[in-house]
Amino acid sequence: MSELEIQASATGRSAGRSPASAPGGFGSMRVSVVELAAVLVAMLLLTAAIAPRLLAPGDPLAIDPLAAFGAPSWDHWFGTDESGRDIYTRVVDGARDSLLIGLTATVIGLGLGAVLGTIAGTLGAAVDFTVNRFLEVLFAFPGLLLALLFILVFGPGPGSAIVAVGLSTAPGYARIIRAQLLRVRSSAFVEAATVQGLGRGRILARHILPNTLAPLFVLGTLGIGQAIVWAAALSYLGLGAQPPAAEWGAMLSAGRTYITSAWWMSFFPGLFIVITAVCATTLGRSIERRMRHA
Amino acid sequence: MLWAVATVTFFAVRLIPGDPAEAILGGPGSQTSPEALAAVRAEYGLDQPLLVQYLQQLGRLATGDLGRSYALNMDVGPLVLSQIGGTLVLAVLSLAVAWLIALVLATWSTGRGRLAARIGTGLEIVAAALPHFWLATTLIVVFSVWWGVLPPISTADARGLVLPVVTLAIPLAGFLGQVMRESLNTALESPFVLSARARGESDRGVLWRHALRHAALPAISLSGWAFGSLISGAVVVETIFARPGLGRTLLNAVTVRDVPVVVGVVMVVALAYILMTIVTDLASGLADPRPTEIGNGGLS
Repeated sequence: MSELEIQASATGRSAGRSPASAPGGFGSMRVSVVELAAVLVAMLLLTAAIAPRLLAPGDPLAIDPLAAFGAPSWDHWFGTDESGRDIYTRVVDGARDSLLIGLTATVIGLGLGAVLGTIAGTLGAAVDFTVNRFLEVLFAFPGLLLALLFILVFGPGPGSAIVAVGLSTAPGYARIIRAQLLRVRSSAFVEAATVQGLGRGRILARHILPNTLAPLFVLGTLGIGQAIVWAAALSYLGLGAQPPAAEWGAMLSAGRTYITSAWWMSFFPGLFIVITAVCATTLGRSIERRMRHA
Repeated sequence: MLWAVATVTFFAVRLIPGDPAEAILGGPGSQTSPEALAAVRAEYGLDQPLLVQYLQQLGRLATGDLGRSYALNMDVGPLVLSQIGGTLVLAVLSLAVAWLIALVLATWSTGRGRLAARIGTGLEIVAAALPHFWLATTLIVVFSVWWGVLPPISTADARGLVLPVVTLAIPLAGFLGQVMRESLNTALESPFVLSARARGESDRGVLWRHALRHAALPAISLSGWAFGSLISGAVVVETIFARPGLGRTLLNAVTVRDVPVVVGVVMVVALAYILMTIVTDLASGLADPRPTEIGNGGLS
């Protein structure tokens, strides 16, 4: 099991069954307030990542020693850090790095998972058995342990943190994709295609893979939040992006020293990690629900 | 299984660039004489062919010998043993608290209409998204710096355990709660609930005596995973609260590239994880109210 599998299975079962999550089957679904808020937050985060100066016109590196350790105020919404840099500007500026790290790690994890899952699900029982044993071995390194092992081998740094997080999420993706592949393969429309005499390769390419890969989008959205949290954890532990960078985990780590005097230094970067993760989960779930009802 | 884990770690560690003997003598860049290097290689068995080293390592592991730390000048076995207690206490307590929170939240918000269910789901999603490092620092600021009721670093007495346990328990409760709510809703819609109601069982009775047992099942099988994620979370939490334990030992070892310690800790965690998975499989078999021949297809 992985965090992702729990999130994915929770959405799967809630779809259409629990009255709380699905407002009836009246064709098109209403957009809930929560979904609207999630879309809005996602758009703001993307704006911050692409054009940070639109939301925070200041310079994230501008030092102002006189204003050091300022509490949140009208001039500095989130306060200032030990060199008087504006935390709000730095948090907005950090969106790019944090989102990019999360996205890259997710793409790596999802890509590896898709390759492994597809190999296991299509190349026969012997291959399936081998890949499954391999995945089980990887699952025996819970959570961040696989990432830590990877960093032990390749050394700390932003690059290896990204690959490490991607690698440790890959087994979860692989297992979901394999299960989905097996489900699709035994479904009625694949049987129908077989009866009509289509070749194995054609069935795989035209019928099985498209139906397996569509849910990847949902998985990816759900996974980004987790990837950002894990990458930030590595940065926080000093194994990923290093403190001068405005990456959220690194900012939190830098604020750790001043936690008794300047709580805002670590509170706000962390808050944005939480907001991003919640936003990703909410969006992933709502896309999943819509795909299921479409 | 353990053999596979040992093999993976052994060959992964061989990928590390640089000479392990140099690492033992103070890392790259340190002035080491060829004689000292040769002596260290002989002492740690690094002058043997790779296959011999591999077999030697497997042999040592089979007898419970985890090798010797590069940095701490002590054997890994006793080191791990001295640290594992604190982590186990932390993990077990957190698991219990997480179960309690998830159970309370799921039972409170089920069957009270859409608003309660939404609040429950929302709380679970937020809880599951909380990173340990942020939750820990926020709790420290509120409870230690502002109110001064709990110590910011872990002390030997019970008060020092509160914040670390809560930090680990809340995100986990989010995950357990999501799963529990799903299965509770499914259980409440099944025929046996209807028949219990027809026999005159109250709402409360249906929930506690009938549905909850079904609902707990997936969450019990998740506890193996939960235990693993707690140990991974312990790396962060033990570091923040300066609490001695396996997680902090692991992080320190990764930072200074103390390979035998990392391998040793990872092996022990993998062993604990596998054992825990077996235990939860057995437990969910015992808790399963369905006839045995259906089985529950336990998680591996």
